[in-house]
Amino acid sequence: MTQYLVRRLIIAIPSLLGISVILFTVLALAPGDPFEELATNPAIPPDVRANLRASLGLDDPIHVRYLSWLLAMLRGEWGFSFVSRSPVADLILQRLPTTIAVIGAAQLLALAIALPVGIYAATRPYSIFDQIANTLAFVGFSLPTFFTGLLFILLFSIYLDWLPFVFRTQIDATGWRWWWEQLRQSIMPVLVLGLFQGAAWTRFVRSAVLDVIRLDHVTTARSKGISESAVTMRHVVRNAMIPVVTLVALQMPAVFGGAIVTEQIFRVPGIGSLLISAILANDTPVIMGVTFVFACLVVFFNLVADVLYGWLDPRISYR
Amino acid sequence: MLAVLLGPLLWSVPIDEIDFTARLQGPSWDHPLGTDDLGQDLLARILYGGRISLAVGFAAMLVAVTFGVLVGAVAGMSGGRVDAGLMWLTDLFLSLPQLPLLLLIIYLFRDALTQVVGPEIGVFILIVIVIGGFNWMPVARLVRAQFFSLREKEFVEAARALGASRLRLVLRHILPNALGPVIVAATIDVAAAIIAESTLSFLGLGFPPDIPTWGRLLFDAKDNLDFAPHWALFPGLAIFLTVLSINFLGDGLRDALDPRRVK
Repeated sequence: MTQYLVRRLIIAIPSLLGISVILFTVLALAPGDPFEELATNPAIPPDVRANLRASLGLDDPIHVRYLSWLLAMLRGEWGFSFVSRSPVADLILQRLPTTIAVIGAAQLLALAIALPVGIYAATRPYSIFDQIANTLAFVGFSLPTFFTGLLFILLFSIYLDWLPFVFRTQIDATGWRWWWEQLRQSIMPVLVLGLFQGAAWTRFVRSAVLDVIRLDHVTTARSKGISESAVTMRHVVRNAMIPVVTLVALQMPAVFGGAIVTEQIFRVPGIGSLLISAILANDTPVIMGVTFVFACLVVFFNLVADVLYGWLDPRISYR
Repeated sequence: MLAVLLGPLLWSVPIDEIDFTARLQGPSWDHPLGTDDLGQDLLARILYGGRISLAVGFAAMLVAVTFGVLVGAVAGMSGGRVDAGLMWLTDLFLSLPQLPLLLLIIYLFRDALTQVVGPEIGVFILIVIVIGGFNWMPVARLVRAQFFSLREKEFVEAARALGASRLRLVLRHILPNALGPVIVAATIDVAAAIIAESTLSFLGLGFPPDIPTWGRLLFDAKDNLDFAPHWALFPGLAIFLTVLSINFLGDGLRDALDPRRVK
């Protein structure tokens, strides 16, 4: 098991390296020079500027610059924010837990919807329940998250006045009340993200289960006299989950995209809204840092999917 | 969609006519979908924005499909090391966080490109290329899989025996037969591109503020939700209905083309 994990980690390294190459290329190709301000400043002679450039390594060939940038990233020296002057790594670490909590809760909600609904719909194909579930799923994933977010604010905060629509970090309450307030302000972001994912996953689960349920081994299991629910759970669902895990892992980038939008609508102080405010303020180090963290999260979830494969399908042994 | 194409002929109120006496009005006979904070007619703005959203959607889809077919065809025909390399690239792009990168690229390159070709065309080209550049992977995988199964078929063998060149084999015999699933993927790509463009505009990072795309209308409307809900509702509905109908179209095409379909 440990060996398998280590092997998967080693396989993940090239993709992380590839992502870092793409990030660096985008940055290096981008127009604009960090010394533009110095160039227009008459108090600084050109040779001082040239010396500064050389001492910071800006004149080195591109692969040397890439290597030193990569080493700095690996050592955790992510630079300082242009706006707040605090280290980028600190800024991101402060906000990461909120993002992970919101995304995690939304994924759990999506699973809690998609698994039962998808399986039930697939065991009774073309029934009324299946038709309704299908239509709702279709509507659900055609609704962009930014529009559902606005609709929820309109309905629950403005007309019904049940929930607050601005996420607060400082809640002046303790104990149970703190948890209650936290729950109230998290419901809408989690619902928006979770329902969108749940709708897409329901369709995956349904079609995967439909594919498996026609196979011979299911008929064999039934003819042995195993009860219908046991057949579904033990023989159908486990096999159907393999393609679902693949599709869910492929969806991870879209999940993080949705998280950025949701955080922006509800002003959740996570790394997504950090990214947007950094872009609006031209805060390059923060933008780079956050993008890299998102890339790492995506690679991490692909890794989790690989481990899940091994658990679901014993033929993919942990070798 | 028909309304978006024919709309400007039927509803001729200019999009930037500013009428402060009619600010933030709800739907009425003069302004069927109401007005915004400058008294601009929303129906006209939605119709105009729809043309941009659809144009971005189709152009980005063309970029994605062209690139995807190219990569998939090369990988599918050559096999071996070229194939492995191209598929590694495809998987790498699949695991990139798309929205952050989209934002990053647009942030870095927008100013330079607008200086060269003007603000509207510049942003249009940039958005189309970047959105298309992040959507080609599923098409490439599909085309590669199709090529692998098609190039061993008898009719391809026959064409090869008759002395057809490699290029002719690909263009005349394999590609037309591989196009079915690609069309389905292309339909879904249009919907994805429209959503991506609206998301960018909604975050305030798409087209310049004076061009009313659907996402931009929502972005402007979201701070006035409590007293002008119609302003957000109608552009949102427009996005939703467009995406829904494109997705339905794609789903219908998939069912029609799927040989495994249960009757």
